[in-house]
Amino acid sequence: MVGTFPAATAAVEDTFKRINSHKGVEGIIVISNDGIPIRTTLEPEITVQYAALVTRFTEKSKSVLTQLNGEDDLKFLRIRSKKHEIMIAPDKDYTLLVIQKPAVS
Amino acid sequence: MPPKKKPGKGKKAADTPEPDHAGDEQEKTPVNTSASLFSAVSEVERKVVKPPNQLDLTEEELSTEILTVLKSANPQAPKSIVRYDFNEQCFKPEAMVDQFTIHYRTDGWLLHKESEEGKQQIEAKKKEEAAIEDFKAAISKATEADEQEAKQYRNQFNFTERAAQTYNQGTRDRMAATEPPTVLTYSGSTTQWDIYDAYMKDQAAQQLQNESRSMRTRAGSDKKKAGDGGDDASKQKEKGKDIMHTEEMSAAAKITERVLNQNTNEDITQDFKYWNDQADKFRENEGTLLPLWKFVNDKTKKRNVTSICWNPEYPDMFAVGFGSFDFTKQGRGMICCYSLKNPSFPEFMLYTESGVMCLDFHPQQSSLLACGLYDGTVQVYDIRNKVRTPIFQSTARTGKHTDPVWQIFWEEADLNKWMQFYSISSDGRVTLWTLTKAELLYEDIMELQPHAQALASVEADSAQFSRLESGCCFDFNRLSDHLFIVGTEEGVIHKCSKSYNSQYLENYTEHGMSVYAVKWNPFLSTVFLSASADWQVKVWDHNHSKSLYSFDLNAPVADIAWAPYSSTVFAAISSDGKVLVYDLKMNRNQPICEQKISKKPRLTKVCFNPHSPVLLVGDERGCVTSLKLSPNLRKALDTEESKDNKAQADNMKQIVEIALKQQ
Repeated sequence: MVGTFPAATAAVEDTFKRINSHKGVEGIIVISNDGIPIRTTLEPEITVQYAALVTRFTEKSKSVLTQLNGEDDLKFLRIRSKKHEIMIAPDKDYTLLVIQKPAVS
Repeated sequence: MPPKKKPGKGKKAADTPEPDHAGDEQEKTPVNTSASLFSAVSEVERKVVKPPNQLDLTEEELSTEILTVLKSANPQAPKSIVRYDFNEQCFKPEAMVDQFTIHYRTDGWLLHKESEEGKQQIEAKKKEEAAIEDFKAAISKATEADEQEAKQYRNQFNFTERAAQTYNQGTRDRMAATEPPTVLTYSGSTTQWDIYDAYMKDQAAQQLQNESRSMRTRAGSDKKKAGDGGDDASKQKEKGKDIMHTEEMSAAAKITERVLNQNTNEDITQDFKYWNDQADKFRENEGTLLPLWKFVNDKTKKRNVTSICWNPEYPDMFAVGFGSFDFTKQGRGMICCYSLKNPSFPEFMLYTESGVMCLDFHPQQSSLLACGLYDGTVQVYDIRNKVRTPIFQSTARTGKHTDPVWQIFWEEADLNKWMQFYSISSDGRVTLWTLTKAELLYEDIMELQPHAQALASVEADSAQFSRLESGCCFDFNRLSDHLFIVGTEEGVIHKCSKSYNSQYLENYTEHGMSVYAVKWNPFLSTVFLSASADWQVKVWDHNHSKSLYSFDLNAPVADIAWAPYSSTVFAAISSDGKVLVYDLKMNRNQPICEQKISKKPRLTKVCFNPHSPVLLVGDERGCVTSLKLSPNLRKALDTEESKDNKAQADNMKQIVEIALKQQ
C-alpha cells in the first residue's frame, strides 16, 4: 500500500466534500474490491444495492476490455440513464461511485 | 403445601439424623427446639430488645393494675352525623352509626382433617412417601447387584497376592557446561530532568491510549445505536486509512469531480468546443465574445487578479496570481492553478507571504513557476511538490528587490546552462536570476537611469536625480534575443539591450502616465504594443520613435495581449470593464469587438490561450472569466495562414508600411 501522506489525506477529504456539495450530486459510495461499501452518503439499503450491482457490472466491463486487448484496463465508466448519471472510477483496491442528477439540457 | 405444625415434631427431628428436616424446623419454629441442640453449633444470645419508643416504667408502675373495660359501643364512632334529606329538604340526624371495629385480624391456615382439602393433602403426602420408598428400594437393589457382580472372580479360590521388592536405581547427576553469555557493561548517567521528561512522555502516551480507548468504546456504542450506519463508520476506521487516502483515490476523485463539472456545465462545455456565432457570417468586421466559465473561489474573492499565465505543457491549465494593487490593502497573496476541466475548484492552491504580482511558467520545465511578490521577493515553485514552499527565494542578502516585482520572465532553457529568469521592479532594477543547485544568484542587467529628457524636468522640480525610474513592465524579444523593452511609471518606454546595462537604445516618450504593459508582436520582431494609464494603446515599430497607431479607450488600459494565432490581432482591457479586440488587418481605427464584461469590478489582466480561441480576463474581485472568440475575431485561426509565420509577419509588415507612409 502506498504511504498515506497527510496532504493527500486532506486533499481526498476536501475533494469528497466538494463533490458531495456539488450541484445535482445525490451520493458518493466507495466500495472495496470485496464489494463492501466502505463509505457512503446514501441510505444503507440503497448503498448495498448499488454496491452489489455496480461491482458485478464493473467486473463484467473489465473483462470485456481485457478480452478485447489484454493490456487494456478500465479507467472510468459513465452510465447515463433517464434519471441519473452514474460515474464509476474503478481501481485495484476500491471503486468510487458517484450518482448525479445532471442538469436538464 | 402449607406447613403443618404438630407438637412433638421438633423432638422427633432431634432423634432422627436427617439434617434437612432439622434445618427446616429450626427456621420455622425456633422456640420449640431445645437449646442443647444449638449449643453445639453456636452460642446464641437472647436479649430483650426494647423498641425505642417504649415507655420506661418502674417496677411499681408496672405492677399497678389498670382496668379497661370493653364495651359494645364504639367510642370512636361519630355520634352526631347529619345527612341532607332531599325529600324533606333539611338536614336529619343519622340514627344508624357503625359500631363495628376490628382490632386484630388474621387469616387462618389450619385445615380440618375431615374437610375436602385436608383429605387431598393427606393423600398427596402419602403418595410422596410411597414414591420415596420405591426410589430407595430401587437404589438399594441396584447397588446390591453391582456388589455381587464385582466380587465374581473366575478363580475365586486360587487367587493369591504376592509382592516383591526390587532394588532402587541409583540416582546420577548429569551436567553440561554452556558457554556463558557475553557480559556487556552498559552505563549511562541520568539527571532528574531526564527522569522527569521520561515520566511526562509516558504520561502523555497513557493519556493518548486512554483517549483512543474511550473513542473506541464510543464508536462501539454508536454502532449499537445506529445499526448499519455505525457499522460503516467503524469499518471505515479500520480500512479507511488503507484505501481511502491514497494517491490513486485522490486521482479518481479528481477525475470524478471533473466529470461532474462537465455534466453540470454541459452547455458551456459544448459552447467551448462548438459555439460559433452565426451572426458573424452576415457582418463583415465585427465579432463577439461569449463568456464561458467563471473561475471564482471564496478565498480569492477579496483579492485582485494580478497575473494570469497558461501552462506551456497542458493547454487547459493556467495559474492565477492574487494580490492587491492597492497600496493600503496589502495582505497575503495566493496562487491558484485552475484547469478548464474543473472550473469549480483550483487544482492547486498556495499562499505567499506577500501579494503575488506576477507569474510565469517555465517554457520547458512546465512545473516550474516563478512569481514576484509585492514586497520585492522573487520565488520559484515546483508545483509538483506536495510541500507548498518555494524551492528558490530571494532574500535581502541575495539581491531582493526593494519594491514590488511587476513582471517576471523565464529565459528559454539552454541545456548546458542553469535556468534563468528576469524580473522588473519599481525599484528601477531589471535583474537576471540564475537557479544554481544550491542558491539563487542575481545580476542586475539594467538600472533604469532617468533619461536626459526626464532628468531635466526632475532637476527643475527637485534634486532627486539619484533615484532610478520605476519599471512597470518589460518584454523580451523572441527573435532578436538581446533586445527588450521596458515600460516605466513615468510613462517612458525604453528599448534596452542585455549587452549594455547603462544605456538605452531608444526612448519612446509618447505616453503621459504609467505604462502598464508592453508586448512584442509574436510574429514580426520589430513591432510592439504598449498600454498605459493615460487611456492609450499604441503600436510601435522599435526603429521609429513615433508610434504607428494609437487608440484611445476612454479609460485606463490595464493590460493588452497579442493573439497567438494572428500577427494583427490583439486584445486590450480597460478599467471600466470592457474587453476590446482589434484586428489591424480589418480595421486600423476601430476595435472589431468591444464588449462590456463586468459592470462593477475593474478588469486587471488579459491572456490568450495559446491553442484554443479562448481569452481569460481577470478582475479585481478575484474572478477570472473565460471568453470564447467568435469566428470573425479568429479568422486567421481557421485558415492556413496561422501556421505560416512568414505570411503572418508579412501581414503585419504591410500594416506598418501603411502607417509609415501616412506619417
